[in-house]
Amino acid sequence: MATVIEKVKPAYKSRLVDRMTGLGRDIVKHRVSYAFLAPYALIFITFTVIPVIISIYLSFTYYNILEPPKFQGLQNYIKLFLGDDIFLVAVKNTFVLAAITGPIGYLASLMFAWFINELPPKVRAFLILIFYAPSISGNVYMIWTVMFSGDSYGYMNSTLMKLGIIYEPIQWLTDPKYMLTVIMIVVLWMSLGTGFLAFVAGLQGIDRSQYEAGIVDGIKNRWQELWYITLPNMKPMLMFGAVMSITSSFAISDVTIALAGMPSVDYAAHTVVNHLIDYGSTRFEMGYASAIATVLFITMIGCNKIVQNLLRKVGR
Amino acid sequence: MKKRKFRRIRTRRLNRSLGGDIFNLVIITIFGIFMVLPLIYAIMQAFKPLDEIYMFPPRFYVVNPTLDNFTDLFLLMAQSWVPFTRYIFNTLFITAVGTLGHVVIASMAAFVLEKHKFPGSKAFFTMVVISLMFSAAVTAIPNYLTMAKLGFLDTYLSLVVPAFGYSLGLFLMKQFMVTIPDSLLESARMDGAGEFRTFWRIAMPCVKPGWLTLIIFCFQSLWGQTGSTFIYSEELKTLPYALNQILLGGFARAGAGAAAILLIMIVPIVLFMATESSVIQTMATSGIKE
Repeated sequence: MATVIEKVKPAYKSRLVDRMTGLGRDIVKHRVSYAFLAPYALIFITFTVIPVIISIYLSFTYYNILEPPKFQGLQNYIKLFLGDDIFLVAVKNTFVLAAITGPIGYLASLMFAWFINELPPKVRAFLILIFYAPSISGNVYMIWTVMFSGDSYGYMNSTLMKLGIIYEPIQWLTDPKYMLTVIMIVVLWMSLGTGFLAFVAGLQGIDRSQYEAGIVDGIKNRWQELWYITLPNMKPMLMFGAVMSITSSFAISDVTIALAGMPSVDYAAHTVVNHLIDYGSTRFEMGYASAIATVLFITMIGCNKIVQNLLRKVGR
Repeated sequence: MKKRKFRRIRTRRLNRSLGGDIFNLVIITIFGIFMVLPLIYAIMQAFKPLDEIYMFPPRFYVVNPTLDNFTDLFLLMAQSWVPFTRYIFNTLFITAVGTLGHVVIASMAAFVLEKHKFPGSKAFFTMVVISLMFSAAVTAIPNYLTMAKLGFLDTYLSLVVPAFGYSLGLFLMKQFMVTIPDSLLESARMDGAGEFRTFWRIAMPCVKPGWLTLIIFCFQSLWGQTGSTFIYSEELKTLPYALNQILLGGFARAGAGAAAILLIMIVPIVLFMATESSVIQTMATSGIKE
């Protein structure tokens, strides 16, 4: 069809038709590419794109799952920012958690991956296992509740009391003064995850001859080598790691529920995702929960933009 | 590259100072201990008799190690309504099929997105990366409706098929495909290899560290699936679900619970050890070269 029109070339052919046939021709020309993409695209669109679009639509409605959604414009967003004090607390906590655990976790992943890469293979394998194990082993972070338990049975309390640093057990998980700090420690403990492993794999893929070439070009120490050769070579993994640490640090929720409970005392450890789960799964206000998700989504995209721009400067 | 003539120089120790090496070791040791202590604690707990678990003041290490917790756990398992092996089979099946499907399908898509330029490829990839940032907690409801329409509810399909389309794998594989030199693929095509052959025989071996890493990620997330949202039949439920039930058993079951935690923790770690050594072996011998 497309080729026939091409041959005849009628003078009256409009721009749009031109475009459409162009598109048709493109699809035929790239049919192999589309065939490779098709299975993934089909599943991805069904189970990710469509649900996301539906959620964004629901954020403009009142929807309690039982009745059909009622459109109500920006009502949810107005309530979120002007009428919901707990949401603002959650935003503050989430930003504090993300701003501290995100960058530290990312840099720690990179630093340890790089340090470990210097060691002989056997030691390297062992250390990768040790550093990666906390994030692979399911909900082992429950162990930390025992460590920071508020009575003198807790390891932290009993150790500090034995050393004479404190005389009364500290309520690590219920005192708003300490909650966020404890959660940060646990999150950082688990932060050598996806990004870390991608860095390890990326470091091992760098062609050795580039380092030799670097020496000829006058690279003197390991820091210069890192900046001018290693990092530019693993830029794709750096981008990947950045997205991973943004998504995980803004979405902290399981750890706060396990350690501080839901809701936590004074909402001192309440995060945006906790708030979302509260409205979505406890109160069944799906429209409102969707609005929270959409706000979080937009924040994360913005954050990602900034980080990707920073990463472009690597190696310059 | 002009500088190739210097290839024979031993590279490992170039640009390294002794002071820096010692600094590295010190840092790694300190943080290594911080990382590993809670895990050792989890192992200790599993071997403690009940009176040591509830001892005051608490003691980190175990004095009279016992296997009682594991026998308790297996006794509890034997009492379960559905044979316990069924839970194990369910989890293994979901994990194996989901991981395999995801690695192949996502790699194929990543290959064309990186190595073929076609209309829509950039936009599609951007969409995948952005989708990573949407909370899964809210997409659960629309997903539930889709599953109901497709008849996936209460079948293995509800856990396996969405796993094929995870965003993570496509993103990771595409980042690794960047490192394959185009000339390598071009020469394969020149030799008359079809596109699928080029992908399977040339591209995939080049990014072996990539898909081995992906297997680990994928295994990890599927292994932890409780499947409680989409599956109601007891005989289709997964191992983490069954073990969580035991964990909820309270004080008397603290021992069996500790054993259950250890069991859930140890399997991904063992798999990781197995895959890891092969990642390191392949990479020690060959980088990707033009």
